[in-house]
Amino acid sequence: MFLRKIATVVALTTLASSAWAGCGISEGRVSVVGNEFPAIQTIGAGAMECAGDGVTVETNLTADHQKINVAGMSGNPAEYTSAIVANSSIVALINNDVIRPLNDLVEKHGQGLQKSQLVTIDGNIMGIAFMANAQHLTYRSDVLKDQRLSPPTTYEEMLTAAAKIRKSGLMQNPVGGAYKAGWNLAEEFVNMYIGHGGEFFKPGTAEIAVNNQQGVDALNMMKSLSEYMNPDFLTHDSNATSAEWKAGNVALMNMWGSRIGALRGDEVDAAVVAATATAGPMTVGGGSTAASTLWWDGWTVAKNISDVDAEATFIAMMHAIRPAMLNETTSPQAVWLIEGYEPTPAAAGVFAAAAMGTKPYPMLPYAGLMHSAAGAELVDFMQGKETASQALADLEAAYTTAATEKGYL
Amino acid sequence: MNHKTFFWFFFPTALAMLLFIALPLTSIISQSLHTPHDKVLIVGETCDPFGCKTATSVDHEATAMLKKEKPLGKWVGLQIYFDRGHLALKEVGELWEEKSSIGDFFSNLKNLPFYRAMGFTLTFTFVVTPLVIVFGFIIALGVNSINQRLKGVMVFFSLLPMIVTPLVGSLILFWMIDSRGIIGTALQVIFENPELSLKASTGLTWITLIVYGVWHAAPFAFIVFYAGLQTVPEETLESAMIDGASRFQQVMHVIVPHLSPLVAFVALMQLMDNFRVFEPIIGFSAEAHATSLSWIIYNDLGGETRLLSSAATTSVLTIIGVLILLMPVLVRTWREFNPSE
Repeated sequence: MFLRKIATVVALTTLASSAWAGCGISEGRVSVVGNEFPAIQTIGAGAMECAGDGVTVETNLTADHQKINVAGMSGNPAEYTSAIVANSSIVALINNDVIRPLNDLVEKHGQGLQKSQLVTIDGNIMGIAFMANAQHLTYRSDVLKDQRLSPPTTYEEMLTAAAKIRKSGLMQNPVGGAYKAGWNLAEEFVNMYIGHGGEFFKPGTAEIAVNNQQGVDALNMMKSLSEYMNPDFLTHDSNATSAEWKAGNVALMNMWGSRIGALRGDEVDAAVVAATATAGPMTVGGGSTAASTLWWDGWTVAKNISDVDAEATFIAMMHAIRPAMLNETTSPQAVWLIEGYEPTPAAAGVFAAAAMGTKPYPMLPYAGLMHSAAGAELVDFMQGKETASQALADLEAAYTTAATEKGYL
Repeated sequence: MNHKTFFWFFFPTALAMLLFIALPLTSIISQSLHTPHDKVLIVGETCDPFGCKTATSVDHEATAMLKKEKPLGKWVGLQIYFDRGHLALKEVGELWEEKSSIGDFFSNLKNLPFYRAMGFTLTFTFVVTPLVIVFGFIIALGVNSINQRLKGVMVFFSLLPMIVTPLVGSLILFWMIDSRGIIGTALQVIFENPELSLKASTGLTWITLIVYGVWHAAPFAFIVFYAGLQTVPEETLESAMIDGASRFQQVMHVIVPHLSPLVAFVALMQLMDNFRVFEPIIGFSAEAHATSLSWIIYNDLGGETRLLSSAATTSVLTIIGVLILLMPVLVRTWREFNPSE
């Protein structure tokens, strides 16, 4: 067993050195932590190509990346030299002061980056974005056609369509939604609240302000939608919702752009694949703002590492997002922010979201606390155990407790 | 044993206890009395692929200065213990003032995370523990009375639920009870209710978790009782038989008294384990209906912004809870070993 392990390690090392593609790094350590979905795996594999003499490259891509990245970057030297994050999760790294400003490295090695890729806070470049994501409408064109419905552009139309599909007997629960208690449910609340024109915090402060008419309307709309969902909706995350879609049980849902490609997988019934269509995010309550949020994914460089390692990491990650990495396999994986990217059909929804002026997810130091509080406190309302304003009062109280503890209030 | 021998004999244990029990305890207690420093917030321009806008961010240099002065953080005493996320003294007081009836008070109490978690944890603990003891005992009696050759196989099969990792076991059951899973569909057919879902109702979720808890822990009680059954004195049983005791009377008057110290042991372990119920809540995605103190700790540590002080406080409260729960059993054990008092 031990011998076999050694043999594997030796084989891998040899492989890695022979795969050295000349990223231009002479020495250094690169270690990347990030989420795992196809686009991120492509980035990880791209960085791995830079391994070679004196350069070690490791990746740890896992769905639990948010639980380990702060801890893994807090030590000195940090275990991870780079973390792949999104606009919500970069906040935790900034709050804990574990990532470094990249201004000098961008100047030295950042040729080819577009200005829009730079995530800048007070003039400090803290991350390099490489892809965009958003939730948007996904619908079954065959079912809508059968019922003589056009794709809904508002959530109110979605409800009407759902009622009609249920009445026709085609599907009992035609609406899908990642409403799992916790992060997912909170995300849907964030979408719906923004769609109603709500602001989460009193301007310029960390004081929460969601217990208002927009909040109540947002919750009531979520409740109405949930009546057309599988009764287990509070246990359904994006994976479970995708599974319902693939099984042909659902005709309308608000889904992540990055997951549309997988809905057309080989294991899915051909009729469902052929009828899976996307459109931009919906609006709600007569508003013009999309009830969705824009997201970017990008990479960062750790603070507590030597300058040599930081430079090696920067170059390896730049190599991973070089324009030449775009090809037939990688292009449909995401909406790449990389120069030369040509949108594929899978990207239509995210592009429509951007074109509609969808708001980005708030990149505030205390937004994560609000999100966690919402995930826990809104479930009673969704189960019909309390009123919308009671649930929102609970959300505010839970947030205030957490924000006081963290020193924001 | 002279003092020197005793010292060297006890030293490794004492060292391990210090390192693995005393130090972590000191650390979480100190953590629960401190919070991070107040963040120095600044407003500046933030740019990302979707444009620039003015937004609030943390001033790291100023915050780092505060941290350097007092590395432990801000001393807050028992503030976290009494805040809404934990004992919520102020909120409970308000609920008591505004209550229309005692029932109303308790149902409103469920709105506070700590009491909500305690509601489920205590129900789970006090339903699962006795059931585990009863089922474990019945299985042990059953296995003990079957043919010698079949015993090994039966012991193995009876232990299986305990061998399966809790998270894996609960995930498998989670899929089986899904409204499209084998058990979920079967229940829908039996009750002739196509809308029946074990995951959608709080009551049914609690029952599912409790059934899972019993299923998972019964083998532990079984193996302890089974071992105990091997030590039941033959002579006492025979004399009971000669006196004309039925099988039931033999069990009630000979076997049960003989095994009573083991019952105390199993109860002790189970009270402790069940109070820390955690894996099934994750496995069954049951957080919408049932939470526990351990789940609160997990949730505090798992978010994008980790609440370390809150998690430490909940840990201390869990330890206090376990101590209160075990008090009767501990007092009893103390008396047994110190009969002179």
